[in-house]
Amino acid sequence: MSLAAAVATQTISINIGAVGYGLAAIGPGIGIGLVFGHAIEAMARQPEASGRIQLYMWIGFALTEALALIGLIAPFIFKY
Amino acid sequence: MTGDSAAAAGGCHIFSGCGYPAPGLDDFYFQKLFSIGGWNVTKPEFIAILCVIIIVAFFWTAFAKPKMIPGKTQSIGEMAVLLVRDQVVRPVLGKRGDSYMQFLVPLFFWILVMNLMELIPVLQFPSMSRIGFVWPLVFVVYGLYWYLGFKTKGFIGYFRSWIPDAPWFIMPILIPVEILKYVFIQPFTLGVRLFANMFAGHLLLSIFMVATWYLTSLSIGLLYAAGSLFMVFFVFLLELLVDLLQAFIFTTLTATYIADSLESGH
Repeated sequence: MSLAAAVATQTISINIGAVGYGLAAIGPGIGIGLVFGHAIEAMARQPEASGRIQLYMWIGFALTEALALIGLIAPFIFKY
Repeated sequence: MTGDSAAAAGGCHIFSGCGYPAPGLDDFYFQKLFSIGGWNVTKPEFIAILCVIIIVAFFWTAFAKPKMIPGKTQSIGEMAVLLVRDQVVRPVLGKRGDSYMQFLVPLFFWILVMNLMELIPVLQFPSMSRIGFVWPLVFVVYGLYWYLGFKTKGFIGYFRSWIPDAPWFIMPILIPVEILKYVFIQPFTLGVRLFANMFAGHLLLSIFMVATWYLTSLSIGLLYAAGSLFMVFFVFLLELLVDLLQAFIFTTLTATYIADSLESGH
């Protein structure tokens, strides 16, 4: 493979990686929206339980967010 | 803004024929600052040691000679400890969590101060964005919750408590997933969450800082530079939130794992 072709291949694979990460971020995006939405709904229904709800909200947020972050570091783990 | 992209951005502006020197992995490698004996200290190590000194100095001045009527430093120190106790430890662990305060309070504040170092000028590097700084913390937490599990439930009992009650035909799926969760996924996500947040935060900040410098020239670029500068402040505030949140989440999840090990069956 010539140098130009190799550079082009690498550029394409980097760009496809960016698109892949964009797709991978959809799921956690929806998930984080659900977590916060339902937590707010729960707090509106029962304001006296908001302390406990907030705690579980942050835990749920952290677990969902981890998926997006694993997507972020995946290219450094699986180097092409 | 550190590393090679800062040097590359030196005299590089828009419309002067050089491309945008995008920050990348190079920003996370450092030459040694100074060496003590045969030990070369790099910037992340230096920041980590600085944070330890800050934390120890602060709590030492706050609580070395506690008084009935607290002074300024002591009141702030008490507020700090009470913050961790009432927001993190008590809701998860209840009263029995008070004996783990000696571990969780320094953990929270060390991670918090380490993270905030990414926003302080000149230093401007979160050491936690080098994953080598995260794994030791994770190993300590991992060791702690395994030890507590074995201590409260016995050797066999701890492994048995991993498997929840379920119909037998789900077991072939459930057992491997639960084993994977406790042995691998819990510590891995705990470490990667902190690392990746700091890594992404540092990249975001340096991208907009380099972009502001790159776009500054006497042309239409000045307008874009103003927009980029606004983004620097926006990301700064966002990172302030993320730093606090990550310290909070790391401590909360540690407390949750400890509670998981202490609970007798579920």
